[in-house]
Amino acid sequence: MSSPSAAAAYDGVPQPIAAFGGGGPPPVRIVVSYGFWIFLLSDIIMFSALFAAYAVLSGQTAGGPSAHSLFQLRHVGVETVCLLFSSYTCGLATLFLARRRLKDAYILFGLTFVLGVIFVSLEFSEFAAMVTQGAGPSRSAFLSAFFSLVGLHGAHVSAGLLWLTFMMAQLKAKGPRPFVLRRILCFSLFWHALDIIWVAVMSLVYLMGARI
Amino acid sequence: MGKLTWAAIPLDNPIQMGASLFVVLFIGSILAIVTWKGWWRYLWSEWLTSTDHKRIGVMYVLLALLMLLRGFIDAIMMRSQLAVAAGGAQGYLPPEHYDQIFSAHGTIMIFFMAMPFMVGLMNFVVPLQLGVRDVAFPVLNAVSLWLTATGALLVNVSLVVGEFARTGWLAYPPLSELQFSPGVGVDYYLWSLQIAGVGTLLAGINFVTTILKLRAPGMGYMRMPVFCWTALAANLLIVAAFPILTATLGMLLLDRYIGAHFFTNDAGGNAMLYFNLIWAWGHPEVYILILPAFGIFSEVIATFSGKNLFGYRSMVMATMAICILSFMVWLHHFFTMGAGANVNAFFGMMTMIIAIPTGVKVFNWLFTLYGGRIRFEVPVLWSIGFMVTFVIGGLTGVLMAVPPADFVLHNSVFLVAHFHNVIIGGVLFGAMAGYNYWFPKVFGFTLNKRLGQLSFWCWLIGFYLAFMPLYILGLFGMTRRMQHYANTAWQPYLVVAEVGAIVILVGILATIAQLTVSIRTRARHRDLTGDPWNGRTLEWSTASPPPRYNFAVMPRVESQDAFAYMKQNGTAAVPPGEYEPIELPSNSPNGFVTAFFAVITGFALIWHIWWMAIGALAGAVVTLLMFGWFERVELKISAEQLAKDDRARLSRMSVA
Amino acid sequence: MSDSLEHASATAPGPGDTDEEASRSAATYTVGLVFALLLTAASFMVSQAHLLWQPGLSVGLAVLAIAQMGVHLVFFLHLNSGPDSHNNVLALAFGLLIVTLVVGGSLWIMANLNANMMPESAVMEMQR
Repeated sequence: MSSPSAAAAYDGVPQPIAAFGGGGPPPVRIVVSYGFWIFLLSDIIMFSALFAAYAVLSGQTAGGPSAHSLFQLRHVGVETVCLLFSSYTCGLATLFLARRRLKDAYILFGLTFVLGVIFVSLEFSEFAAMVTQGAGPSRSAFLSAFFSLVGLHGAHVSAGLLWLTFMMAQLKAKGPRPFVLRRILCFSLFWHALDIIWVAVMSLVYLMGARI
Repeated sequence: MGKLTWAAIPLDNPIQMGASLFVVLFIGSILAIVTWKGWWRYLWSEWLTSTDHKRIGVMYVLLALLMLLRGFIDAIMMRSQLAVAAGGAQGYLPPEHYDQIFSAHGTIMIFFMAMPFMVGLMNFVVPLQLGVRDVAFPVLNAVSLWLTATGALLVNVSLVVGEFARTGWLAYPPLSELQFSPGVGVDYYLWSLQIAGVGTLLAGINFVTTILKLRAPGMGYMRMPVFCWTALAANLLIVAAFPILTATLGMLLLDRYIGAHFFTNDAGGNAMLYFNLIWAWGHPEVYILILPAFGIFSEVIATFSGKNLFGYRSMVMATMAICILSFMVWLHHFFTMGAGANVNAFFGMMTMIIAIPTGVKVFNWLFTLYGGRIRFEVPVLWSIGFMVTFVIGGLTGVLMAVPPADFVLHNSVFLVAHFHNVIIGGVLFGAMAGYNYWFPKVFGFTLNKRLGQLSFWCWLIGFYLAFMPLYILGLFGMTRRMQHYANTAWQPYLVVAEVGAIVILVGILATIAQLTVSIRTRARHRDLTGDPWNGRTLEWSTASPPPRYNFAVMPRVESQDAFAYMKQNGTAAVPPGEYEPIELPSNSPNGFVTAFFAVITGFALIWHIWWMAIGALAGAVVTLLMFGWFERVELKISAEQLAKDDRARLSRMSVA
Repeated sequence: MSDSLEHASATAPGPGDTDEEASRSAATYTVGLVFALLLTAASFMVSQAHLLWQPGLSVGLAVLAIAQMGVHLVFFLHLNSGPDSHNNVLALAFGLLIVTLVVGGSLWIMANLNANMMPESAVMEMQR
């Protein structure tokens, strides 16, 4: 990047270098991934508001079932491992994609999808069981907070699965064009972020709740 | 059709029927004129599907000005009611109606007037000041605009079909829960804000990315115009705060729709949690409104003093300090809720601390004016009016930051006077300054000066007449949101306030007149050079209005106040060596179509028409995927075209 | 904005980035996976077996959770201290600050509010 004239600038500010933002607009890929990163941070803040509500309301069981009686840690363990491995397969898939090993990428994205589906089904069956037990979201404030926090995460995972399917179809139909690759990059950021949020859910909701 | 029946239309209420008829006729006549004149094709291809930040900015400001009228009518109705409803008199607005009016007034003014005005100005100006061609995500930008418009539409539909919330502009539970507000009013409020909130969040992401990643070569952080710094701070706050609003309104929606117990009185709900979370959003929100206004004043004052802004570094630091501190003060909105002395003391102190960087800014503006050759154009009038008015409002705010004082003044009309003082004196005056300042850049001709001056003086005098009595009344003990009052000693003050509202009405009419007169006489007031005010920042280096691509060649930035430097060094009107063809995103119906489905989804959810809601939501998802399937078509502009446009611009500049 | 820059060779990639010149391999992901599994197992053990002093349970779980989030950020999202991650790290720091203020502030405020509420018995008395 050629730099402007060597003479000191009018304002005495030293010549800007790329690292301090003076290099002009970067490649589209970097702009897009940064924008998506900001979106993810906003999503994390939204989850944190729900976490705060959960933390405040977690003791308000209104005479109904409490965390200790409801949470099945074996279930949670399987869900956690599924989501973690799906993050791993997603990471490997993007590696293969970068090296244009498309067949391997499809297989690994497929594994990601399957693991994600297992996660969502397990969670759905957990919710269904709780509702039939009379421990639905309208039973108490604690349960409202629980269902909305964990449910919102599950909804994000489900949306991610839909997105993954769409991206696989688009990759097959259009090939590894730049705009397709950018979107898959955003998807992988999304998927990893969902696992990060799950770590918080697992620790602060399930593991704390089951103990206390 | 869910809960929707013909009874939803307020046939029994003459005032509401009159207003509904007016709205329907107004919209209907606009649609009729557009159809009769055959303007649909033009509107669709040039405006409704535009992804150009300049067009989107104009539409945001247009929305804001329309909503200003709607919100102001609510205001003058309230003032008129209070001017007469003294002693035993009931006035002309029954409580059920009055409550909807003050709720709609607040909701509309904050979400659909102040926010769109600021976002619109930022939309138009920021990419030009940064020396780039558009924002980071132009299609997303259009989606944001149309989602905001959706929210505004839903609120106005509540006037015709159904009712609005009676809970104030923040819809506190338990009043806003199903038990106490079984009608659709609160649902109108909640869904229109959820939808508009998504639009605003997306805009925040867009602008943070644009300002941090997309700038002309040579424009390091410390060479950005101050307006871009304040835009950055405001958009960081949007990204950080709006998710909290979405979550909190979402929890209230769950309470109302599936019987959850977040904020109910029973089953363990905690209404105070709502207050806490909504104000954790609410306080940053008011800084989102004021920070761009601060930036506008910095630009205006520097330009019309003919000097650099004084203390650029300290301005930047003060801006970022305000940005961070605004997340540490929110409890001052509910000192009286009972958190105790320690908590109140902490937040009281933080509130007082946040006044310090604001003071730094005021002093910097004053020092910029000092020693300058000041030209008293209309934007400068607004700026000086702001400095006096906003400081008074800030002082009353710091007064209420003292918890014991707040125990006396909380929810009195003293509070109402304070926040109108800072919002009108700060945000509205800033919006009007920006409107007058940048109008010639947007449309290519300047606004009428005399009518601009009239508008300013009416707003200034009207504001003081309307709100100074409220400070006194607040100290006398008058609470807010009262539909009538027993103490007839208060009436004279409220009559003065009514007079103030009428003076402001004249000011608004003057602004409308200013626009129509300026359009009619535009040939005489063309801005040929692109630089009517001898500006200092890059937007003034383009033609008025700028071409679709803003800059034929991206400018190379050598200093702060880049354009002033270029003019000083004689490089402003020098043609660049060579032109390269450029590509721009073409139009996209994405935004408009998304909004279309959003309106139907929102309306259906409000009235519990489940099949319609599911259908519209599915429609939104399907069209989103359809738009996503095809790669965006780019608009190509050839080097020859760029050279031709640029020659024309430079020759106009050298003539003047 | 011209898309011609899109095909230029990238500057050092930022978080989540993979590109032809990336020197990272499957090893990074595998190491991250192993760490994450270990931390998950530790969290479960801490919660279920009586390994930790009880009052410190929430702190222990929080520390393990933060550590695992860090593993994800570094090994899966490639967040590092290089110059091209600068903006992303700053944004993350800002986000974390907000989360701390909102969650911590809310907990502090709500605890104080609840502490000042009238006890149940006195409320029942008033309703009589």
